[in-house]
Amino acid sequence: MVEQVLLRAIGVRKSFGALEVLKGIDLEVRQGQVVSLIGASGSGKTTFLRCVNMLEEHDAGDILLDGDPIGYRVEGGKRRRMSETAVSAQRARIGMVFQQFNLFPHLTAEENVMLGLTKVLGKTKAEARDIAGHWLGKVGLEARRGHYPYQLSGGQQQRVAMARAVAMEPRLLLFDEVTSALDPELVAEVLQVMKALAESGMTMLVVSHEMLFVRDVSHHVVFMDQGKVAQAGSPAEVFGNPESERLRSFLGRFHGFF
Amino acid sequence: MDFSMTPGTFLFEAWQARFSLLNGLSVTIGSSAITIVLATLLGILVGITLAYGWWPLRLLARLYVDFMRGIPVLVLILFTYYGLALFGINVPAFWAGVIALSAFATAHVAENLRGAVQSVPAGQMEAAKSIGLRFDQRLRYVIIPQAFRRMLPPWVNTGLEVVKGTTLLSVIGVVELLLASQQVMARNYLIIDFYLLAGAMYLAVNFALAQLGGMLERRFSYLRY
Ligand SMILES: Nc1ncnc2c1ncn2[C@@H]1O[C@H](COP(=O)(O)OP(=O)(O)OP(=O)(O)O)[C@@H](O)[C@H]1O
Ligand SMILES: [Mg+2]
Repeated sequence: MVEQVLLRAIGVRKSFGALEVLKGIDLEVRQGQVVSLIGASGSGKTTFLRCVNMLEEHDAGDILLDGDPIGYRVEGGKRRRMSETAVSAQRARIGMVFQQFNLFPHLTAEENVMLGLTKVLGKTKAEARDIAGHWLGKVGLEARRGHYPYQLSGGQQQRVAMARAVAMEPRLLLFDEVTSALDPELVAEVLQVMKALAESGMTMLVVSHEMLFVRDVSHHVVFMDQGKVAQAGSPAEVFGNPESERLRSFLGRFHGFF
Repeated sequence: MDFSMTPGTFLFEAWQARFSLLNGLSVTIGSSAITIVLATLLGILVGITLAYGWWPLRLLARLYVDFMRGIPVLVLILFTYYGLALFGINVPAFWAGVIALSAFATAHVAENLRGAVQSVPAGQMEAAKSIGLRFDQRLRYVIIPQAFRRMLPPWVNTGLEVVKGTTLLSVIGVVELLLASQQVMARNYLIIDFYLLAGAMYLAVNFALAQLGGMLERRFSYLRY
């Protein structure tokens, strides 16, 4: 059975001033799949991810989540940005985990997870506390629920950030190089949580330079080059049969693993 | 100073004048408190406009802040009292003073808030967006609480300036602590003594305010990155 398409990008374009960073991205993420975006620095991976969550606003093309266009609607042939409230509601269905964790420093681990549950999903404090406890348990941090971010290691902060994102039960989770700011010995604990999430059936769009993780966990790999999708396919296809010289040289950088 | 309790000595005269002085002190504290509360509330609004407002509003807010910070408070007070009267708007002296001081302090609070808000790392706003919080919720639950900690020291400074600034209300005849003291001196000629007393009372009020600020700062000291 082929799962239904959850996220579909059609011809997504984005420029910063005169610099065109996304030159028409087409991409699909199916329900329950892990899709990884790889590519050289500056190829537009982060920019694309941020467009999906309306942290950047794309200039042209469509991004559809469950068939609904994100951020913009076409009315009478004109492209209109949706209202702030509508965009916020869409963002609530998409979780994001950042390179720099971005935990709220004035809130404890538990309160970080609870904020969206109470203010966005309208849960009571008691319900939210239960849910937060559940997810902090899943990432192995139940005992740290009362700690402030500065009292946690980088790896622990990133796991809290993941709990905060999943607890909202998003349709889709976005990860942008979530292990890049971590000391090497803390990378494994974060990747392990991501792997567990993937196995639980969470739909994930992942930007990562951890090629072994990408190869082992992804259903689909997308190689981006200079604002375009240069090659896409299963990990075996992309890593085993790189079509372009650029992909070959990109993969060659990873210690000859591929 | 003669500390015996006979007429003409400082202690005697101070005791005689206790009600006038306490009245003056209460006017000083009252006008300061109202001004600080008003300026904090309005300052948050103007400050948020400075940081995030639609550009024409932002421009207005910027003009307001620069204007208010550029003219002497005394001119502002005189203008509010006499100037508004020219337009047929009669404001009691006390309220004219409070309005002028609030207008001045609002500008300072607004500028401090803008700085504090903009010093919160951009990732905080993005994380708040990514869990689906609306703009007002992002400010209320994520940005302002973090900006608050950074705003405290300059906010206390503004408070101290406001307390000292209330002395200017004496010019338009509000009997606050300074004018009350001067009226007492006019009766007993103990000029140095009563200026010292007034100075000590201002110091006590501002010391209390600074302590309050220090307490708040310690209360929020866990806010680190
Ligand atoms: N806000 C911005 N303003 C101007 N240029 C930007 C902005 N954000 C990104 N860019 C530019 O867009 C291009 C793509 O950036 P992007 O961050 O999407 O790349 P990336 O593939 O994520 O790279 P990396 O692997 O280094 O994270 C870069 O040239 C970058 O300098
Ligand atoms: Mg990037």
